Amino acid sequence: MSKITIPLGPQHPALKEPENFMLVLEGEQIENATINLGYNHRGMEKAAEERTFIQNMYLLERVCGICSHSHTTCYVTNVEEAAKAEVPERALAIRVLVGELERVHSHLLWLGVAAYEIGFETLFMYTWRDREQVLDCLELLSGNRVHYSINTIGGVRRDITPEQKNEVLKRINFLEERTKYYIKVATEEPTVRARAANVGKLPYEVALERGAVGPTARASGVKRDVRKDAPYLLYDKLDFNLITHDSCDVFGRVVVRALELMESYKLIKQVLNYLPEGPLTVKVPPRIAPAEVVNLYEAPRGEDIHYLKTNGTDKPERLKVRAPTLANLQSVTYMLEGGWLADVPLVIAAIDPCMSCTDRAMVYDRKTDKTQVYDWEDLRRLGIEAYKRKGVDFSKF
Amino acid sequence: MHTDSLLASAVYLIVFPGFIFLTAYGLFLQWVDRKLCAVMQNRVGPPWYQPTADFIKLLAKETIIPDACDTAIFKVLPYFAIAAVISALMLIPLWKTESLFAPFQGNMVVVVYLLTIPTVTFFLAGWSSASPYSTVGSMRVLTQLFAYEVPLMLSLIGPAILAGSWNLSEISVFFAGRPALMAAQLIGFLVAILALQGKLERMPFDIPHAKNEIVGGQFTEYSGRLLAYFNLAVDMELVVGAALLSAVFLGGAWGLYGAAGLALFLAKTLAVTFLLALLKVLMARLRIEQMVNFCWKILAPMAMAQILLDIVIKSRL
Repeated sequence: MSKITIPLGPQHPALKEPENFMLVLEGEQIENATINLGYNHRGMEKAAEERTFIQNMYLLERVCGICSHSHTTCYVTNVEEAAKAEVPERALAIRVLVGELERVHSHLLWLGVAAYEIGFETLFMYTWRDREQVLDCLELLSGNRVHYSINTIGGVRRDITPEQKNEVLKRINFLEERTKYYIKVATEEPTVRARAANVGKLPYEVALERGAVGPTARASGVKRDVRKDAPYLLYDKLDFNLITHDSCDVFGRVVVRALELMESYKLIKQVLNYLPEGPLTVKVPPRIAPAEVVNLYEAPRGEDIHYLKTNGTDKPERLKVRAPTLANLQSVTYMLEGGWLADVPLVIAAIDPCMSCTDRAMVYDRKTDKTQVYDWEDLRRLGIEAYKRKGVDFSKF
Repeated sequence: MHTDSLLASAVYLIVFPGFIFLTAYGLFLQWVDRKLCAVMQNRVGPPWYQPTADFIKLLAKETIIPDACDTAIFKVLPYFAIAAVISALMLIPLWKTESLFAPFQGNMVVVVYLLTIPTVTFFLAGWSSASPYSTVGSMRVLTQLFAYEVPLMLSLIGPAILAGSWNLSEISVFFAGRPALMAAQLIGFLVAILALQGKLERMPFDIPHAKNEIVGGQFTEYSGRLLAYFNLAVDMELVVGAALLSAVFLGGAWGLYGAAGLALFLAKTLAVTFLLALLKVLMARLRIEQMVNFCWKILAPMAMAQILLDIVIKSRL
């Protein structure tokens, strides 16, 4: 049989965001897979340079709709470190709380998406119904379901009252029961097992070599979790386990995420019962002296890296975001090759991809078949040339 | 042939239980199926007129025919599928013991043969579309056909052996009078339900048009009226499949006729639809090679066991 090249994306029912995977098929099996990024580049890093530190918080929240708290926390920690501000412990505790609630909602969402990709729509409907509980908790605490905006530079915006604490604990106990049921379904249901076991294999060595992060790496037996390796916020004071699994396949990724949910419930209860008294914020001056800071944060999808360079003004000189998906995408081609076409959506979904968080711009010239990355000077030169052809000369400005 | 019988045949074919009734009941069963799944999945589900509205909407839409495809075949296939399904219905006993046309020995085989034609049109539809998704989809249609067709046929042979007849009405009469023997066909019935699920390309066997993998599968390039008729053919196939199982395994009309027989027919097809909906909700989609393994290694031996059981029972009768 001759080989068929199938484009999966940029528009495809399996992908929630535009991205392109070119699959060369030999029958039903994949011989070669190529990933093309760049359909969803939003130029956020550049936009951040034009905004003040406070404005950037709201911009960076929108890097990702699901790990919005991860990105702001990482960014805000950077700003506070550059300004040498001491954040009160109560604020740190609330950040941990919202961060863990966010992990719960992200993992439940992922479980639903993974079930949907293998056509198990009932599990998808059930997990998303129960996910409403954690979204309600977040709304109760922050006023918003998705972009919580709980962080502010120097602390958090809202306090937690005892009534809120009881309500959250009640809902978390309910979710714990439901999660136990989902673990049972996802690990014992024969069709789920048949579809997830031995699919998208990523051996330990390859996971290390390709720099996989988060649950993808942990399901290949790599003990890698920023919360343990370089504790931030209050994580060094909290008691939780690092979950790994050594099956190195999609099934392992399901198990890791499901068990991490249980750890998150444990963390939420600890933080709610800990909550030290004290102020919520410290004052941070709007202008920040020149400094360079890097911070890591364990987002639900893995290690999130933010780099910040300040220059004495109220705007950053340079801001750099490396979302976890970019690290995990390197492993996807390895996982796809040699697999079945039917497993492609599941394997891609198993890294919990967030394409728009990770997208990079690249210019591809069809005539010369060359790809090129433009820097700021190139873009400026091209813009000036383009306007010159229209009769306007901007080169003097 | 008399004008009377010609007229009667035309009414049978076009009005009842042919095209019009089958369309209405097919759309109704589609709604029942969707509503049942929705309720089982904790959703609200569509209102009763949704399938009809979908059908009318599709009829009104523009039909786009790709340049690369084989236009004549592409256009004519949906009608072939519908014609085959209606012909199959005419050979199955519905609300009375006798089927409407051709109550001859061997009409069971003809029904199974006629029910294979829609699947072949699905394959040709995908193949003539000449798009990568539909090509993969149509290859899967054929692979799947070879997987479920054998267990389905084997599961129907068991009751036929026991009843000593290849005539659907005789089989149904035989079992209607012997409930104990009907109960002994349980394994065969399970196999037939699963194989029917594969024939109708429903979860967990909706592999040929798995939307997360190959978009619309064999129907990717179909649109407008042609797609509406293909969808209708699938709905009609559900009715005919349920009617076939009801005639072979559930004793047909139980000697009833007229309104009572029709009510029994509707009740049985609804029961079969319920079982099919339950299967759809309970499982994840299989891979094509897992489906073939399942059909050949589990379903086919189960059907053979049923045949052996039936032979043993027959020797004791």
